[in-house]
Amino acid sequence: MASNTAEATAQLSLIVEFSGGLEMLFSDIRRHALTLPATDKDGNPSTIAYLIHHLCEHVMKDTRRELFVLDGHLRPGILVLINDADWELEGEEEYQLNSGDNILFVSTLHGG
Amino acid sequence: MDKIEHLRKEIAQREAELADLRARLAAEEKLSCAESEKKLDDEEWKWPLEEHDYQRYSRQMIVPNFGLQGQLHVKHAKVLLVGAGGLGCPAAAYLAGAGVGTLGLVDGDAVEVSNLHRQVAHATSRVGMMKVDSAVAYLKGLNPTITYNAHATHLTPQNAEEIVSQYDLVLDCTDHPTSRYLISDICVLLSKPLVSASAFQTSGQLIVLNNPPGKGPCYRCVFPKPPPPESVVGCGEGGIIGPVVGTMGVLQALEAIKLIVKGDHLKNGLINGDVEEVKQVGLLLFSAMGDVPFRTVRMRGKRKECFACSGDGTALTLNELKTSMDYVQFCGVNQPVKLLQPEERISVAEYERISQEHRSHLLLDVREKEHFGVCNIKGSINVPISRFTAHRGQGSDLTDLIPADVAPDSPIYIVCRVGNDSQIAAKKLKDLGVDRNGERFVGDILGGLKAWKETVDPSLPFI
Repeated sequence: MASNTAEATAQLSLIVEFSGGLEMLFSDIRRHALTLPATDKDGNPSTIAYLIHHLCEHVMKDTRRELFVLDGHLRPGILVLINDADWELEGEEEYQLNSGDNILFVSTLHGG
Repeated sequence: MDKIEHLRKEIAQREAELADLRARLAAEEKLSCAESEKKLDDEEWKWPLEEHDYQRYSRQMIVPNFGLQGQLHVKHAKVLLVGAGGLGCPAAAYLAGAGVGTLGLVDGDAVEVSNLHRQVAHATSRVGMMKVDSAVAYLKGLNPTITYNAHATHLTPQNAEEIVSQYDLVLDCTDHPTSRYLISDICVLLSKPLVSASAFQTSGQLIVLNNPPGKGPCYRCVFPKPPPPESVVGCGEGGIIGPVVGTMGVLQALEAIKLIVKGDHLKNGLINGDVEEVKQVGLLLFSAMGDVPFRTVRMRGKRKECFACSGDGTALTLNELKTSMDYVQFCGVNQPVKLLQPEERISVAEYERISQEHRSHLLLDVREKEHFGVCNIKGSINVPISRFTAHRGQGSDLTDLIPADVAPDSPIYIVCRVGNDSQIAAKKLKDLGVDRNGERFVGDILGGLKAWKETVDPSLPFI
């Protein structure tokens, strides 16, 4: 029983960073230390998809959500780096978060 | 005005002629020097580089693992830079300095004064000149002993093959997604490695693509979908710090030199997969204001189903690129904002009258504070657009958007740079009920500060 409760309230500590202009959507703060439930409401391990949803609901102050999420997915032109590796090497939205992970969202730049 | 323009052009033309004469003089001097040396000892020059090369390139040739072989590779290399701007200028300077045998520059724009803080190959005296000609004039001063090709045009699907095929390595120094996809596609099709960089405000990115050709990922593998056009902000609008883009251009030159010295640019898709291992591709992120300014992240490799480089029968062909690729359509066009009806918008002349008549009103300037700090209309109050877009919900506190001492029936006029954000802000206030269903006027000024400068106050230092 006790372990069940502990599991239900288990939290993940994450460092979430924004760069390339995305920080503008998150109160101009580049580095956020977040705690997230280790499982979602259905009891599944928290994934990047869940993190993105959480960021939209609880961290983003700006109402221009479409600059971060389009059609239910991260908008094209944003790279996600999980512990300094492209999320495509790690399973993209399905990647299961671990405590201590560093997740970096970078907007691709075009100027020159 | 015409006369100024005419004189500028004249000066630019003379400068180009002078640069050309200087280059010819240098070449003649070199020749006569070589001839007199020949006459002196009547002995054949027996070293692989020319005598002046040893002097000019000595400092890099003695660096471990560079050596004579490295210099010979550099001397025989042909490098194309697409874009002679903030990235292209420093990149070209270092490549010319290093003695790259043939340097090509592609750019269809002319030099503007606002370029000079970062585009270090241009000069105040060459404003109005084509960027490629201006850059070549500078580069010839730096190193008159190599060959320069100035392509005074934008790269297009139609001219890309003809231009790019003359070189063995390409640097993408452009400033828009459309050109980035085009350059990547033509590099894949012609088997050229591509060094791609970009910069914006205080950030930069760098990646080496299609290296070795046919093996490394291309731009489409890394960025299969273009960003929505409304998220693409250019340096003209968002700003750029000179040394930030300069750093990225210099790093591009460095990656190019590394590639050339190793001879990678000559491998031209001849590798059959059995020997060459594709290295992990890294994307360098430069964040001048970040706690860790340089960071390299590991990127994915080639995408099997890539539209350009998958290598199977469905992949893009040269002919398709030339005849049916529309990169502008692929990347999308930014539609002008149309949120307000004509009766919700007033002209700058109308606003000028209102302010002269001292009628009670509120003028909100929704540009970011840096823009507002440079110039503004007298009496306007700065509430940056981000405060409107961050505002949530009805009935909430409005004091962060409208000063508390404004009379509740005072009309509200909103102004921005060119008349887009002002509509977003006006719409937001209306959605929040500020116009009390039309009882109170809430609208914007058509054409923004730009129109104000054009019709009312030409002295405005509009940026």
